[in-house]
Amino acid sequence: MSIDKIAEQVLDLAVRELPGAEIEVSADAVHRALTRFANSRIHQNVTEDTVGVRLRAHLDGRTVSTTTTLTSPEGLTSLVTRTATAVRSAPRDPGWPGLTPPAPLALAGEADAATRDASPDDRAARVRDFVDAAGGLETAGYCQTGYWTGAFRNSAGQALSAAATTADMDGIARDAGADGVARRSGISLSELDGAALGTRAAAKARGQADPIELPPGRYEVVLEPEAVSDLLTNFSYFGFNAKAYQERRCFAEPGTQQFDEAITLYDDPREPYDAEGTPRTRLALVEKGVTAALAQDRRTAATGGGTSTGHAGAFGPAFGPTPQNLGFAPGSATVAEMVSRVARGLLITDLWYTRVLDPRTLALTGLTRNGVWLIEDGEVTRPVRNMRFTQLYPQALGPGAVLAVGAEAVPQPSRMFLGAWASPALHLASWNITGGAGG
Amino acid sequence: MSFFDVAEAAVAAALDAGARYADARVMHRRYESMDARNGEVEDLNSDESAGIGVRALVGSSWGFYAVPDLSDSAARLAGARATAIAKASARVAGPAADLVPTTVSQATWVSECRVDPLAVPLSDKGDLLTHATKTMVEHGADQATALYQIWDTRKWFTSSEGHRIDQHVRECGAGIQATSIGEGETQVRSYPASRGQYGTQGWELVQGLDLLAHAPRLAEESRALLTAPLCPAGETTLILGPEQLFLQIHESVGHAIELDRILGWEAAFAGTSWLDLAQLGSLRYGSELMNVTIDPTLPGALGSFGFDDEGTPAQKRYAVKDGIWVGVLAGRDSAALAGLDYGGSVRADGWARLPMVRMTNVGLEPGPHTLEQIIAETEDGVFMENNRSWSIDDKRLNFQFGCEIAYEVKNGKRGRMLRNPTYTGIGPKFWQSMDMLSRDIEYWGTPNCGKGQPTQSGHTGHPSAPARFQNVRVGVRA
Repeated sequence: MSIDKIAEQVLDLAVRELPGAEIEVSADAVHRALTRFANSRIHQNVTEDTVGVRLRAHLDGRTVSTTTTLTSPEGLTSLVTRTATAVRSAPRDPGWPGLTPPAPLALAGEADAATRDASPDDRAARVRDFVDAAGGLETAGYCQTGYWTGAFRNSAGQALSAAATTADMDGIARDAGADGVARRSGISLSELDGAALGTRAAAKARGQADPIELPPGRYEVVLEPEAVSDLLTNFSYFGFNAKAYQERRCFAEPGTQQFDEAITLYDDPREPYDAEGTPRTRLALVEKGVTAALAQDRRTAATGGGTSTGHAGAFGPAFGPTPQNLGFAPGSATVAEMVSRVARGLLITDLWYTRVLDPRTLALTGLTRNGVWLIEDGEVTRPVRNMRFTQLYPQALGPGAVLAVGAEAVPQPSRMFLGAWASPALHLASWNITGGAGG
Repeated sequence: MSFFDVAEAAVAAALDAGARYADARVMHRRYESMDARNGEVEDLNSDESAGIGVRALVGSSWGFYAVPDLSDSAARLAGARATAIAKASARVAGPAADLVPTTVSQATWVSECRVDPLAVPLSDKGDLLTHATKTMVEHGADQATALYQIWDTRKWFTSSEGHRIDQHVRECGAGIQATSIGEGETQVRSYPASRGQYGTQGWELVQGLDLLAHAPRLAEESRALLTAPLCPAGETTLILGPEQLFLQIHESVGHAIELDRILGWEAAFAGTSWLDLAQLGSLRYGSELMNVTIDPTLPGALGSFGFDDEGTPAQKRYAVKDGIWVGVLAGRDSAALAGLDYGGSVRADGWARLPMVRMTNVGLEPGPHTLEQIIAETEDGVFMENNRSWSIDDKRLNFQFGCEIAYEVKNGKRGRMLRNPTYTGIGPKFWQSMDMLSRDIEYWGTPNCGKGQPTQSGHTGHPSAPARFQNVRVGVRA
């Protein structure tokens, strides 16, 4: 049975089982294949073909959300029966915002047929290219392809269907305990050049012989795209979540110049609609340094008096709306140009294990990874051992703090399926290093 | 057709397609969760998931395929696809792969559960969370949250070696949290742990937590923290409460002793380990008070099971004995590669995910002291409780933790409250500085240990107790 048929059948069954209820159904089929390598061999190679159905019902002031992977007629009937039982005994939900009214898609999902049909051999070939390009260095990483088809139906008449593909590659090369990294995300497997990524990772690894220790302090930094994707990840989770804003747990203040004028931040979704069936479109969250918008779902929109921006669902309503495809608008500088303008600072490839100390200030701690170099008088001079930092992320991008934005927003993989970051390099005036990371 | 028959059909198909070893797990899981905030339910989920995951070994290469269709034909197709994927892996092949021998069991295991958590009425569970959050708001919290989660999992495992194991595992847990918001910062207090407390138990675990009794205290402490003095910066004597110490164990011992990390299998993502197998049996990890076990047999702990997802029976072993590193978390293939003779720590977070090396219950054995003794014998230090943030490097050496609350300790007495406490250090140096350890061990559980690609959430348990550490850097901030 097709995804559309499944969604329609569940909606029909639920409407009959729960007269008067508001009903919402989404059905998703995911083909996800990930070829993982370590020690320069493929050691884990997985494919999953999953189908999931989510049914949400609101009846007599109570709401319940149920899911199943059982799509036989008996499985779908069981889902509806379970939902009907649960919604009658569920606690009351006074914040129910109502169903999404009918509205067409604003974006078409991008699905590449060759990526949809990519074989394990196709992914292994990319891995082979990466390993070979590393020129004998030990390598590790993954190549992933994914294909999603989705259907959404609700009892208010909203009916949407879409499909999308993703292809991602992430790998390191290792030289005497030093790692270099390269990553790329795209819509199609053809966008992934295993050899180019392996070459970049190997060059990064080889450039780290005899690293020095540097003392803690504030350093001018050039963050490469891999590192910038960490900023985007944390802004995604904590920065522009309207629920966190309404609960005063968020730094964002719409209408305020919170960032440098060089910063424009947007969400450019790959999935054309959200879990509530709201069509998505590109959303500017920061325009020339001014916080312009927050990510909204129907609950936050109802509470705050706005409209949903189509960001329900990534982590559920308790966490709040989360943009999954953030990107900084590119500037005009190359990494080499940024480096040439630094009198003394750091070139940082990647950031790792960043965790929030306080969401209201978006204070984070984390470590550098996969290559750090000292910059002196406009030249990269010495590799540096990894360091721990403790930094307010909005402050790092605050007015006057952004010295340049890279000319290319490099698509970077996200941990969320169909998520991705558009990451240009950033030249920042200050980054707070709080210690070394060595033993 | 039984679920064993389905799994065996998949294994047979994998062998027919050319695999030299195959195993299959049919899994059925029900999951229920509820979130409440400020007296109202925010989210209620009831999920059901079932499917089959098949592993096939061809030469030295693995393949894995999963599908939510439990028909005979789908199972056979899954087995054949797992083998085909393994053959593709051979395009970038490695050294010969073996599996350490294990007992080939035909067995059933059921976790202990006195009160079926899925049978407790939703209205009762909702009342508990809404009352707890309402109470916290009434006592001064700006935001009050509560949650519970329940997993009811059945697994049927077969292998080409003859395993035939079914398990029924019920797990649940809950927690509450109060947040007070000040000028430019938030202060948080949680009970019993910052993301809840979990175990392989029934609803009796949640009943035993007595969430409502702790709600007023959390709200009042979160409010008081807003005006408490900052935790001072510098090196000092650090006393950790058991909830914070369990995460310290998890991050700086549990992950470091994962054999797949040590072998480099996680190098690109989760990272490697500072541990070198050549030092197994001789490396000093911590002080002589440090005895860490890997023990999936602990009754009620979240990392407990009868058999892991390779069919290896649960067994206790030491990871650290009298401060010396003596054991690892291993699977059958990683152990064979490392020249070890045991696996037993391989699990997947669902039928659609590849089983991999995961923590079971990794934690401390009791020390000789009590918390009261530890405080009484501390002239000048800081006592920190309840985790708020955690970060550790990719070799599991350098860590920085933030806690929700701290207290000054002066002349053997607990003093004033301190806000924004953090501490940082290097794993072995930190553990070697442990000079006092409580005898009062509790089992802590976390259901959200992320690892692997695609990411899997592991359920892990950690026996822990209050302990004291010397010369620790505290008070790191932005």
